[in-house]
Amino acid sequence: MGKNGCVAGITLVCLIVIHGCGGGVRSGLTLAGSTSVQPFAEKWAEAYRIRRPDLEIHVQGGGSTAGVQAADSGAAQIGMCSRELKPDEAAKLKTLVVARDGISLIVHPQNPVGDLTIEQIQKIYEGTVTTWKDVGGIGAKITTITREAGSGTRGAFEELVMMHGKKKIAPSALVQDSTGAVRQMVSQDPTAIGYISLGLVDRSVKPLKLAGVEGSEASIDAGKYPLVRPFLFLVKGEPSPMAREFIDFVTGPEGQALTRKEGLFPGRK
Amino acid sequence: MRPATLDALVERGLLILALSSIGILLLITVFIFREGGPLLFRVGIGNFLGTSWQPAEGQFGIATMVAGSAAVTVGALLLGVPLGLACAIVLAEMVSIRTRTILKPAIEVLAGIPSVVYGFIGIVVLIPWIRQNLGGAGASVLAGSIILGIMVLPTVIGISIDALQAVPKSYREGSIALGATRWQTIRRVVLPAARSGIVAAVILGMGRAVGETMAVIMVAGNSVQIPHSPLDSVRTLTANIALEMGYAAGDHRSALFATGVVLFVIIMALNATANLARGWQRRRTVIRPPISQATSADLGKTTRTIRDPEAC
Repeated sequence: MGKNGCVAGITLVCLIVIHGCGGGVRSGLTLAGSTSVQPFAEKWAEAYRIRRPDLEIHVQGGGSTAGVQAADSGAAQIGMCSRELKPDEAAKLKTLVVARDGISLIVHPQNPVGDLTIEQIQKIYEGTVTTWKDVGGIGAKITTITREAGSGTRGAFEELVMMHGKKKIAPSALVQDSTGAVRQMVSQDPTAIGYISLGLVDRSVKPLKLAGVEGSEASIDAGKYPLVRPFLFLVKGEPSPMAREFIDFVTGPEGQALTRKEGLFPGRK
Repeated sequence: MRPATLDALVERGLLILALSSIGILLLITVFIFREGGPLLFRVGIGNFLGTSWQPAEGQFGIATMVAGSAAVTVGALLLGVPLGLACAIVLAEMVSIRTRTILKPAIEVLAGIPSVVYGFIGIVVLIPWIRQNLGGAGASVLAGSIILGIMVLPTVIGISIDALQAVPKSYREGSIALGATRWQTIRRVVLPAARSGIVAAVILGMGRAVGETMAVIMVAGNSVQIPHSPLDSVRTLTANIALEMGYAAGDHRSALFATGVVLFVIIMALNATANLARGWQRRRTVIRPPISQATSADLGKTTRTIRDPEAC
């Protein structure tokens, strides 16, 4: 009991000190913006809370554009964005690439097709190309597997492959609600095609090359692999000490290890 | 404290607890309808009952999901009801009490298996089998129906056994005394007498199939389309809510609650019908006197029953 009381006392003192140093920000640190970045930001925040249990971190969604506005208006200390900024936006804010999200198209290891173009993938998902024969494979019908509406991976796929949602994924596509489920279905079905985060591809499936380019950290670094988007943190002016510390954690070794574990690639230095 | 005061206190306490569980049901009902109801007026019933589900574009048609739920449920019943009913007849009418005390709990174990385990078996065993032997993607109405057909068995069997055992012994004795065989007795006397209870079993099984979520998400494929064959993939109402709830906001979220309202109404209607059917059987079978004291008029009644099952 005495020990607990002591810990509680120290925590209280820390809280008061931090409160005083917080520069008048009563609610702690707020991140807002892209719903694609949101789940990862929550993971970073969760890990950061172990180090700083006294700090309140709020992670809110709203979309990339809302993230830009929130950072600009000061509603959030850190804005989150999963697209490149437009010139007028970039002029107002400081950006930092905290991670890069690559998408990999996967097929069954025995599928003879190993290389498709973005256009072919678009047509497969649109439902205008329906057999593997049309893209150089066997005569079987293609089983397309997609993610549920609202998933960040689906968001990236729609943005990068389906021309920002201008092309629609056919309703006949199977819908699975996790990376694991997509991978499981593809690893079992020789006629299936699915997409998952590049960092989460394993040996049970075969990742497709895109117009000859293999998906890897090296090809992304070289700017050759097309299915990739940046995850940005946006700050207006100098970040507050609290925000600075959190950003350092995310871009530091511990945060980057977590980033890789979740299937993303660290941001370029 | 005087015993009488204590009694009154305990009674009050229990009453409050009992009412609170009903209160929770009321709160859930109010909440679902408040969250989902306004959307129906905002986007219109026509939109909501259409076939286009594009939440990002303001299209909230759930007709494909209603069709999906209906398809897997009908499939589950086609499989589960004959199996379950046969099992119930054997357990209630044909085997010794000792065998029944071993087999009945064994069937109840089926109900204790988590639905995610059914789904996993479906993914690993059933889907590849369907794909290799029947074609299609494997994740389909058929896969959902088979898994759900197994999952409704404990419900169908349990309630059917209760219904069969509620048929007075005098009915069977009378039938056998008049020279009917055991099978004739079951078919012409016991089953007709237990009919409404069995109907209740089927309806509650139907409710179980409509409400199941996890296993169906894993094996039915979740495509938003009206199925044209048992090998087509479908999305059920429950799967739609569970799949998209994670990220939904605004109208999308309300539309999922509205989907919940539709489910709620369907399940309530099914349960009410089942209760009605069970009450019906109880009223008709309880008042008959045992055959040993029967008058000749009662015997006449039983004879008629054997000739004409409807008269029962």
